[in-house]
Amino acid sequence: MDMWDWEYVWDILPTLVLALGITIEVTILAFIIALILGLLFALMRRSKSLWLSLPTAGFVEAVRSTPELIQIYFLYFALPQYGIMMSAIMTGVLGLGVHYACYCSEVYRAGLDGVPRGQLEAAASLNLSTYRMYRDVIIPQAIPPMVPALGNYLIVLFKITPILAAIAVVEVMRQALNIGSHHFRYIEPITLVGIFFLILSLISAAGIRYVEGWLHHKFLE
Amino acid sequence: MEQILTEYMPALLAGAWITIQVTVVSIPLALALGFGSAVIRMSDWRTIRALATIYVEIFRGTSELVQLFWLFYVLPYFGIRLEPFTVGVLTLGLNLGAYGSEVVRGAILAVPKGQYEATVAINMPKWRAMRRIILPQAIPLSIPPWGNLLIQLLKSTSLLSLITIHELTFEANQLNNDTFETTTIFSLALLLYLIMALVLTFCIRLVEWRFGSNMIQGGA
Repeated sequence: MDMWDWEYVWDILPTLVLALGITIEVTILAFIIALILGLLFALMRRSKSLWLSLPTAGFVEAVRSTPELIQIYFLYFALPQYGIMMSAIMTGVLGLGVHYACYCSEVYRAGLDGVPRGQLEAAASLNLSTYRMYRDVIIPQAIPPMVPALGNYLIVLFKITPILAAIAVVEVMRQALNIGSHHFRYIEPITLVGIFFLILSLISAAGIRYVEGWLHHKFLE
Repeated sequence: MEQILTEYMPALLAGAWITIQVTVVSIPLALALGFGSAVIRMSDWRTIRALATIYVEIFRGTSELVQLFWLFYVLPYFGIRLEPFTVGVLTLGLNLGAYGSEVVRGAILAVPKGQYEATVAINMPKWRAMRRIILPQAIPLSIPPWGNLLIQLLKSTSLLSLITIHELTFEANQLNNDTFETTTIFSLALLLYLIMALVLTFCIRLVEWRFGSNMIQGGA
């Protein structure tokens, strides 16, 4: 038997690429949830009410220091018991979204805290409205430093999506294992999945560097 | 309550013990690979420098689970049969070593340039300069990011449940399949993970506090 069978590769490539589409879809949906929910967590944590800020801080820390996989199992098995029916893929998107929202909230927090106090005082002394202060002073300075960190989490999130194979979401890893067990040959499908991830990670890293440069140019010059 | 103590806790604790074992065994491997590959990437010898860079890029660029399955399912094709535990430790160590390599490289590059120039000025051999001057200043800088990576390592051990290692996630899942007491079992398991993460964070702080300050005094 050959070490590497090209005919087999061409045979399974279309199926794997289709499954890669599911992986990308899951990544994008979960990242959107992470960005929105993360902002909410960050604002709740900055709230002056301790009843809001302390539980949020506790939740964020607890989620960040426990594994994604067991959180996703938890959602997958527990939600139906409380009468919430969701497809496996949506459960996975929700689980990953909440997990990475906790990471994103830290990024937002650091970004907002990073704007020097003098800037806020200057905006106040110019009698800018709160809306204009956020639009013209805070946001333009807070966003560019956040982009590399958020982008990084996008790539981390992308690379963790194969764990959804554990709850039977047929993303690219599950598909590779299915193909492997069907043909009794794992070497090509799993190696191809590795190559897919490598290529897409390199492309997205380059993309983030480009956006970073563009934002820097647009907001800070 | 009684059920929790007699039925769930023993199994979960047994799983947590495996989780601790995997974590503890993987840490030295990750540290060795991280420091080793970072120093090699600073070397003048282009071939081994390229090999270290390829290692780091491959393990950082592909998913950890893909690496785990690759070692688990594909290595046997090359006639290498390893225990699942070994595959798990190897994957975690190799993966984290690649991320650690970047951390160490960043720390080495953060040592002020004057320090390198001083070693050149007194004609110190490169390897000795690295060992005596550069690394003692780089290590304290690298401890906090290493701390984050070790927490990540602890979290990654849950992936090993997918290659039939009976660690905490595996045990929780198993109990859940038997009893369907999902909320109780997974809450307990998450609590155990949280405790392990807190203990690990405490250990890292301890290292940071002792090792970090001592090395800076000795190095600078």
